[in-house]
Formats: sequence, C-alpha cells, structure tokens
Amino acid sequence: MENDAPLLELRDLTVKFVSGRGLFAKQVVTAVDGVSIAVRKGETLGLVGQSGSGKTTLARAVVKLVRPQSGQVLFKGRNIFDQRGKEAKEYRRQVQMIFQDPYESLNPRATVERAVEEPLVIHRLARSSSARQERTLNLIRMVGLSPEAVSKKYPHELSGGERQRTSIARALAVSPELLLADEPVSMLDVSIRIGIIDLLKELKRELDLTVVFITHDLGVARYFCDRIAVMYKGRLIEVAATEELLRHPVDPYTKQLLEAVPDPSRSAREKPSNIQEG
Amino acid sequence: MAFMQKFSHFKLPKDRRVLVGISILGFFTFVAVFAPFLTPYGPHQVSGPPYASPSLQHWMGTDELGQDIMSQVLYGARISLTVGFSVALAATFIGSLVGLVSGFYRGAVDETLMRLTDVVLILPALPLAVILAAYLGPSVQTIIEVLTVTGWPLVARVVRSQTLSLRERPFVDAERVIGAGNGRIMFRVIIPNLLSLIAANAVLAITGAVVGEAGLDFIGLGNPSVVSWGTMLYWSQNLNAILRGAWWWILAPGLCIALVGLGAVLISIGIENIFNPRLRGR
Amino acid sequence: MPLLDVRELCIDYRLQTGYLRAVDSVSFQIDEGEVLGLAGESGSGKSTIAHSILKILPRSARVSGSILVDGTEVVRMDDRAARAYRWKVVSLVPQGSMNAFDPVITIGSQIVESIRIHSRVDKAAAWKRTRELFSLVGIPDSRAKGYPHEFSGGMKQRAAIAMALSLNPKLVILDEPTTALDVVVQRQVLGLLTTLRRDLGISFLFVTHDLSVLSEIATKVAVMYAGRLAEVSTREEMFASPNHPYSRALIHAIPTLSGDLSLVKSIPGVPANVLSLPPGCKFHPRCPYAFDRCREVEPRPQRMDNGSIVACHLFDRGGKAGGE
Repeated sequence: MENDAPLLELRDLTVKFVSGRGLFAKQVVTAVDGVSIAVRKGETLGLVGQSGSGKTTLARAVVKLVRPQSGQVLFKGRNIFDQRGKEAKEYRRQVQMIFQDPYESLNPRATVERAVEEPLVIHRLARSSSARQERTLNLIRMVGLSPEAVSKKYPHELSGGERQRTSIARALAVSPELLLADEPVSMLDVSIRIGIIDLLKELKRELDLTVVFITHDLGVARYFCDRIAVMYKGRLIEVAATEELLRHPVDPYTKQLLEAVPDPSRSAREKPSNIQEG
Repeated sequence: MAFMQKFSHFKLPKDRRVLVGISILGFFTFVAVFAPFLTPYGPHQVSGPPYASPSLQHWMGTDELGQDIMSQVLYGARISLTVGFSVALAATFIGSLVGLVSGFYRGAVDETLMRLTDVVLILPALPLAVILAAYLGPSVQTIIEVLTVTGWPLVARVVRSQTLSLRERPFVDAERVIGAGNGRIMFRVIIPNLLSLIAANAVLAITGAVVGEAGLDFIGLGNPSVVSWGTMLYWSQNLNAILRGAWWWILAPGLCIALVGLGAVLISIGIENIFNPRLRGR
Repeated sequence: MPLLDVRELCIDYRLQTGYLRAVDSVSFQIDEGEVLGLAGESGSGKSTIAHSILKILPRSARVSGSILVDGTEVVRMDDRAARAYRWKVVSLVPQGSMNAFDPVITIGSQIVESIRIHSRVDKAAAWKRTRELFSLVGIPDSRAKGYPHEFSGGMKQRAAIAMALSLNPKLVILDEPTTALDVVVQRQVLGLLTTLRRDLGISFLFVTHDLSVLSEIATKVAVMYAGRLAEVSTREEMFASPNHPYSRALIHAIPTLSGDLSLVKSIPGVPANVLSLPPGCKFHPRCPYAFDRCREVEPRPQRMDNGSIVACHLFDRGGKAGGE
C-alpha cells in the first residue's frame, strides 16, 4: 500500500433509520447523509458536531455496528461490508472503538482483567495463558492504572476515569491501527478530561495509531486533533486543518458554531461588553 | 479454581429479610430430610384416637383415622418441597432458555417462540391442569409436569424482556467491536447479567409451585394416598374437619405452605444483593 | 442588603450509616441584578446548596447556618411559610427540567398548573400570564398548546425558564441549564438570560460544572470542591488570574479556542470522594503547592484585599501570599 493512500475512506456514506413501529407513522431519519472523507494514516481527525449531527452513527458504521443504505467504507482500500470470514475477523483487530459512557461500555459482570484480556482470547493473540496474563497486566499499566489495585475490580468499583482507561486498554489489546473514540471524555469530570486525552495522545504516538476523535467540544478537538471535520444534520460541512478551521472558517455553520462556543480566554482578556455590570 | 473465583464475590447476605427467608426454607428442608428422626410415628401409622386435639403425644393432633398430623406434615414436606423445587427449577430453566433465545436472536425465532409462549399463557391454567392431570393420571409426577407447563411462559416473558434490553446496552456493542460472536456474547455477557433475574424468578417460582401443588391436590388432581400438605388439605376439606372442630388439621399444612411461600419471597427480594456485584452507583 | 446571603451553611445527608456532610461552612452573597456562577465537579455540593435555598432537600437532611433571602431566614422556615416563599421569591429551573415535562399534557397547561399551585389566580389569569411568559422567553404564542415532543430542546428549556419566572421571583436558580444543549442553542439561552436580567432585574444563581459557560454569563464565580468553598471572585479575576490552586487548575484544564494550548494541563488524582475525605484541606492530595499545614488544618475562607474570597493556606493572614 502506498503511503499516500488513506487508511480509511468514506465514499458517499448514507445511513438511514426508520423510527416508529406498528401503528405509529414510520419516519425515516437520515442520520448520515452522503458523507465522503478520507483519514490519513497517522493523523488524528476530529469529527465535531452537535447532537443529531450523525457523528456517532458514522463511527458506528465504521465499526460495523450499523449497515449503510448506500455508499462505501473502505479500509486500506477494501470495502468493509464485503468482508467475510477471516477478513471480517481481522478487521476487528485492525479497527477499534472506545465509547462515551464509561460505565455502560464495560460488562458489569466482568473484572478489569477479564475485560482487558478478552480481545486477546477472542483473537488468540497469546501463546499461553501466562503470556496472555502478562500482556493483560502490561496493557493495564500502559493506560496508567495499577494492576495490583484494579485487576480484580468490577466496573462499579472504579471511578469514571478508571473505567475509561480500562476501555482504552481493552481496545488497544489487539494493537489496532485505527482507533475511534466516541466522546470519550464528555461524561467525565472536567478536571480529569485532559488526563485521558493526554493518555490518548501518548498512546497514539507510542503505538503509531490513527485516531478518529468524535466530540461536540471544540476546545478539546483543538487540543487533540490535526484536522477537524464539522458535521451537521448528517452532512459533512467542512474539513480543514485545526488551526485553519478555527481561524478561517469557510462555511456559515462553522462560523456560527465557533461564535457560539464560550471562550474563557477571550473573556479574560476583554472587558465585559454585552453584560452590564450590576 | 476458576469456579471458586466466580463465587468469590458472594457476600453473605446482610439483609435480615434474606436471612429469615433462608432460615425458613432451610428449616423445612431439614425437617423434610430428617423426618423419620424427628417423629416417632409414620405418616400412615394409626397412633392415637381420631380427631385428637394437639397434645404432648401428638403436637398437632390426629386426623380422622388417628394418624399423627405432625408426622404427616414432616413427611408431607418431602413431597411439597420436592414439587416446589423441581417445578421452580424446570419452569425457570425452560422459561429462561426460551426467553434468552427469543430475546437475543429476535426476528423469526422470537416471533415463533413468543407465539408459542402466548398460546400457553392464554390457556386458562386450571382447566388446562385438569385436562392434563386427567390425561396423565393422578400422581406427584403429573403435578410437577402440569405446574412446569403452566409456569414457564411467565419466566420466558420476563427473561426475554430483560434480554432485549441488555442486548441494546453499549457493552454489548463493545463486545461486537472487539470481535465477539453471538455465542460468546450470550454466554459471557448476557447470561451473567441475567443470573440475578433468573435466580430471583426461580426462588419466587417455589412459592407458586408449593401453592400450586396444594391447589391441585386440593381439587383432587393429585394422588390422595400420597401424603403431602396439599393432600392433607384435600382430606381435611373432604371430611369436613372444620365442622368437627379439628382446626389443627387445616392449620398445620396451611401454615407450612404459607411459611415456605413467605420464605421464598423474602429470599427473592434480597437476591439482587447476593448475585449482582452492585446495582449502579456512579 | 444583598438579595441572597448565605452564611456558614452546612448540610448533612442522612445515610444508613450515619450523616454525610455534603456542604461545609459555605458563605456567599448575591446582590440584586447579579449572576453568581456556582461551579464544581461531581461531589462538590453545588446542587445541594441550590436545593437548600429552595428548601427542597429530603426531610432527613440536616441544615445549619443561615440563608437570608431578601432579609428572610430560610433555614428555619416552617412548611407553610416555605410554600408561600417558593416560586414567588426564589424559583428553580432544575437539572434536566427540559426533559421533565409531562409528555401527555401541553406545555402551556403545565405552566398554568404551576402558576395555580403557587398562587390563587383563576384559570383565565393564569393563561394570560402564561402567554406573557412565552413572549418573554421568546416562544411563539402559537406553541402554547403544543406538547413537549413538539418542542425542540432549546424551546423546552425556555419553557422551563418561563415556568420559573411565572410569579416574578427575584432570584432564579438554574441547575445545569445548558448542559444538554447544543452549543448554538446554549448561546441563545444564555442570551435570553442576559436579556431577562437586564429587563427584569432578576438575579441568577447559575449552577454548573462547565466553567466556560460562566465566562459568558456570570458576574461573580464561586468555585466549590468537596462541599467546601474554594474561591469566590469576579468573573474577570476568576478567568484572568484565579487565586485558589483548584480554580487555577480547573481553568487550565479547559482547552479553549483561542488560548495558549501549552498551558492546558490536567489535574492529577481523582475528584474527592465525599465518603472518604482527607484531613486538612480537601484539595491537598492534588495540589502542587501543598505544604504541611495543608495536610493538617482546613483553610477557612478569607477575604482578600481585592474582594475575592479564598480558602487556601497560601493566602493566610490576608493579602496575596507568594508562591507560584
């Protein structure tokens, strides 16, 4: 594969849902509407949008949790929905995802150790059970957790940040090439969000990952992403390098979005303008 | 070793209600098993005057033949509890299997299984029981079969409902993304998360089964020559024990049925705490 | 006289195992026409304070200290007085209220109902008032008979605000009013609040974990940590030069659109667990400036020369201590 070819490419991807069953009027919702975008190897692409923009559905399509009505998702040039058997299973090793809700994305009945080792078991990635255990402990350490402290714990015994780190360890167990992160910090306390993002940054560098980072928070996107793609109501509005998008947005929606984001640094520098002093 | 690990998160229930429930069921189980050692009389042994009120020789009095009622209660526990536990186990197992498969695979499988479940649910239980019992002949075996047949659909519905909701949870999505197939998801994820529900249902089914057994015996579908709490009620009713003032004949088995039922309910209330690592707490 | 004067407020929740202190000796004031932003993470106690002002904490909760609203003591108010006070002097837009509307009753009817519960007006008057409120918050009159599912998220939030304004309160408490909203809609709602403040002279207590929102709307910001007040400062002071190490760290933990990204840092450790708090200053395990006294003695909030209130040993004995 040439270095220029994108790792992941979406071509005119469209995903629709039918809502309402039985007697109720069936409504078709177009969650993703003809989106085309390429993700280069090694980049961190931010997928930014508000709720209902389709960003999560897009991610779910890339990990084959939903099927598109039309369009293609190409990973290394191959259409992922054409894959069968071994190739399909191999895809699960190459592309992974971490989810938004730190509690709901872990099996409540599995310990941290069991959760993190599971992909190793499924894909038979360890020569022996002791090798597997060692790799599991290393993974737990890699995400900044202490195996002695958390291995045998259940999700409900962990803090939100610890749960997300566990999910990250699980996703990275198979050494994927592409990692999708769906709002991984929006349900965490503000003070620890950057800690998790920094972890992702570091892991990305160490493991040579390509990351698609989904968020509604433009500040976090700016902090982490090389390029930002803006979505609105299922459509891709604008894609550009981060600083370029933030300084010279082209589309009116992007401009409106950027305008609307509260910017403490701005208000710290300015005198209060639109708010009268009491 | 792994098996032991699985139960290592069993915390001994601190909930008083659960302890009371376990004590009650434990007591009756003990009594059933050790019946011969706990009473000098056999259940069919004529050991005293008929309709004797409770006395030191006969703690619960005697029946119309002079047989000791307490012995009947103790030996009868064997039948009643056997029916109770077997039906609970069988109905829960069948119901859970149907509910799990139905809820997990959905589509045509779900439709078919649910139609079947609905058919059995719609049939009125008592007439169905009568017909089946008439066909199979009066015996303890019949009662177990009848109660199981009428009991599994409810469990199936409940388990299916919970399965449907579980399979939509993000951690099931996460399992798919890491490459787990249906089998793995069902056994490693769905079933462990259903266990507390299934266990609670199973225990609750004991109540229904014990009461159901009594009911079926009472209307004569059981084998009247077998001694069980239900047949005791059958005989006491048929021989108009109340009119003769032999209240103890009705009270003894009736109270036992009520207590076992209560014990089971108390346990099922506390089962969430026994099985689940913990209910959600963020 | 300040509109809201909270002094040494302590709130304990009753648990199976005893009492848990959720709020410890918190004092702050809101003047007329001010917007106080009450910021904190989970476990900070901010929602608890909001509920205590409206006296809607569970009965088993223990409240001590003083809450003076327009001169009236709220903590020791009896039920009858509380019913007369709620919604007329202080009202609340609770967390998630936009989703708390009854789905089978029209929004207009629900507001009318709320008006009639809290005051003795007839239906016609209540409807008239409801229409007034709709126009006040920018919902077209035609929507008055609409059902919740016909309203967008932003409109539902406006309706919730309308409900809170129905009896002309002097102070409106908003608990995470924009958390679930689109950033564009959030901007509109904040604009609405600013307009209401300007036109009606209402004061707001804005409870949120999202500090950046407060940079838009608040005149004063109070930061809480583990049930205690860390700092109260004007908005400018808080965002330009926060004093308390926690506020400072919190501001720097938020990546902004135009600020210096190299200053962005996470706060080590985990947010305090109210069930097991350390001795001394509750923030000391995560504080880069902690010294011995911090581990032993809890710092009391102190007023500094510029008017800010800070609870930190670095600022003991008044005035700004050194120590960057």
